[in-house]
Amino acid sequence: MKSMLLAGFFSLCASVALAETRTYDLTISQVQSTVGGKPVPKIAVNGTIPGPVLRFTEGDEAVIHVTNRLKTPTSVHWHGLLLPGVMDGAPGFNGFKGIAPGETFTYRFPVRQSGTYWYHSHSLGQEADGLYAGIVIAPKTPDPIQADRDYVVLLSDYHQDSAARIQANLKKSSDYYQYKRRTVGDLLKGAHQEGLGKALKSAGEWGKMRMLPTDLSDVTGYRFLVNGLTNAQNWTGLFRPGERVRLRFINASAMTMYDVRIPGLKMTVVAADGRPVQPVEVDEFRFGNAETYDVIVTPREDRAYTIAAESLDREGFALGTLAPREGMTGDIPAHRPRAVLRMGDMNMDVMMRDDPNMDMSQMDHDSGWADTGAPKGAVVLDYAQLKSLTPQSDTRAPTRFIKVVLGGSMERYIWTINGRTFSPQDGIALGYNERVRLIYVNETMMAHPLHLHGMFVQLENGQDTDRLPDKHTVIVPPGQTVSVLLSATEPGDWPYHCHLMFHMQSGMMTTLRVAAPEAGFVPPAAQPAPDHTSHGEGHHAHH
Amino acid sequence: MHIIKAVALFILLPSAAVAQHDHSATYHAVWLETAYSRHDGQDTAHWDADGWVGGDTHKLWLKSEGEVRDGDSEGEVWALYSRNVSTFWDAQIGVRHDFGIGDRTWLAVGVNGLAPYFFETEAHLLLGEDGTVGARLRQENDLLLTNRLILSPSLELNAVSQANPPHGTGSGLTDATAALQLRYEVNRRFAPYVQLDHQRKLGDTAKRARAAGEPDEDTRVSLGVRWLF
Ligand SMILES: [Cu+2]
Repeated sequence: MKSMLLAGFFSLCASVALAETRTYDLTISQVQSTVGGKPVPKIAVNGTIPGPVLRFTEGDEAVIHVTNRLKTPTSVHWHGLLLPGVMDGAPGFNGFKGIAPGETFTYRFPVRQSGTYWYHSHSLGQEADGLYAGIVIAPKTPDPIQADRDYVVLLSDYHQDSAARIQANLKKSSDYYQYKRRTVGDLLKGAHQEGLGKALKSAGEWGKMRMLPTDLSDVTGYRFLVNGLTNAQNWTGLFRPGERVRLRFINASAMTMYDVRIPGLKMTVVAADGRPVQPVEVDEFRFGNAETYDVIVTPREDRAYTIAAESLDREGFALGTLAPREGMTGDIPAHRPRAVLRMGDMNMDVMMRDDPNMDMSQMDHDSGWADTGAPKGAVVLDYAQLKSLTPQSDTRAPTRFIKVVLGGSMERYIWTINGRTFSPQDGIALGYNERVRLIYVNETMMAHPLHLHGMFVQLENGQDTDRLPDKHTVIVPPGQTVSVLLSATEPGDWPYHCHLMFHMQSGMMTTLRVAAPEAGFVPPAAQPAPDHTSHGEGHHAHH
Repeated sequence: MHIIKAVALFILLPSAAVAQHDHSATYHAVWLETAYSRHDGQDTAHWDADGWVGGDTHKLWLKSEGEVRDGDSEGEVWALYSRNVSTFWDAQIGVRHDFGIGDRTWLAVGVNGLAPYFFETEAHLLLGEDGTVGARLRQENDLLLTNRLILSPSLELNAVSQANPPHGTGSGLTDATAALQLRYEVNRRFAPYVQLDHQRKLGDTAKRARAAGEPDEDTRVSLGVRWLF
């Protein structure tokens, strides 16, 4: 309470006396939380999950005092923010050692950008256990995105098991939480629908690969929350009919991707990962962990609209409401069928490696992952539609190509980047201001939201070079190849990892090292451009 | 006594620690099957424990199986160092100790992993103190009738290079056991099952059994529970 008062006092000071310094006090502590039954120890910021939304204006000096009241070290990482490495908040990187129990660490950095971001712990499973919240930064110049109302809609997933317990269970048995595997009955159903031969062939191909077509999510049993509230508690954003409402969607979930829709409303996507994009009108969007999207909706009727974020594995919805008055609820849409992965989701290189004589022409090239189940005619946001609102300042051609292979063994719950689990001495080294193309090759059957700290990448989504959208987190669909451009303008050692909590903890993480300007880094000889268009979908991330 | 020691060893394994941005953490898993059958007019208790402690690459693997009948126990305990050598395979080296009919210790070398089509496979070569070479192959597969009702067929083959009359074994393939387990996974940690085992002695071993007036095959049904710790 005291710290909250203090925070209030400081922010008051900030707005009145010191317009350029904005101070927050955050206290990290353990709380007993009881979503849906038994009390579970979780981690809160200033007593709440999610913690308080931090608000800044571009150009501010951010001063954030973080006090650790846990028995273990903690840390806070400012997801998507451009800042000096030591302020990034990932222990073990750039000399940051984490925050010891009882200690207060002061983060201090200039706020160099605007938009919707978030913060979370980068220690153990603390993020999954509740240490997360939104960040909203107002632009210095008038906001190109005008709205009458402005809400943060932070999605998270809540589990009865602690993150440590989930991780241990996955290591015992990678299908510990998988209760939607294909059964003998599914095989018979398949045989009935498409013939025994075809069904057996498909089952055989999966079996030969030792992969499961149902690997959409490897942890189930979550409840889904909107701004920390359960569906029954019904987070509500108020509007007057005809108003433009800005929703700042943040996917702070540990392991859940969503398909987000608001039945009855078109959503105009105006920003992705904090960066303004040219408005795109959609009916729904697929929402990877750690991504953010700002959308504008204009509800015209005097009724409640349901914000429905359906988990990819169709286990549940995170639900909220837009309503003209408190206490109203809209209809809850029916669950869509659960997608089943197909041969088309497999990585061709991996298939050829396992069976050089495989006849691809006979194969089903459809992607199960890309099949969102949206009704015919509905517009589902495609990465290819994202187009930067303002021209990119750096449009140089890349001088190097760096392959980032996402791999792993689902069987042992080991996840890798370039064949290795995380090790502090490994990594990718770049010269200061070097311009490179990073080619993400997903050799697994799961989608990985790949997040780079400290910088944005330009997503090569087919738009003109100067309009490529900036992203801090990029979904790499199963078996697909996605490429991004990076201008290495921020010196430091930047964590570079899958944002699925237990993939990162099981090894899918590396370091991207950007040399200091004076370091005289000599990049390795330029490699020839690998032919990555042979993957059918080329470099277009699609979903 | 052996059983108690083996079980205690499994249960007292250190609990898992979770890594902070490195994969040097250790985890553990222990599957324990305890079953009961009535066989030859006698009550028989069986156990089959399979567990490991370690990280992604290096593991200490401990296994034990056997049965207790009329207060006499018979079985084996394995202690193996297990090293991940490819995506789906571990190479293993260690010892196997047999107890019951006559104590015997083997040096064991082999592999443990997942073969294509999801066959859990263990193959070990054994070197006995007296120079006998033995081999064991085991395969197990899961057929999901539903996501919780699981039919699990398995096969075990044993072979030795030299006859061992006190054990009743001849040289060559000695015996094969085919088993069919039907279990219901209430959750991953607790699954009651019913199991049908059919064991057949082979070749020289079968001949010796028949000569001694003993049956060369055996079928039994047991009821048990599978635990995961
Ligand atoms: Cu991942």
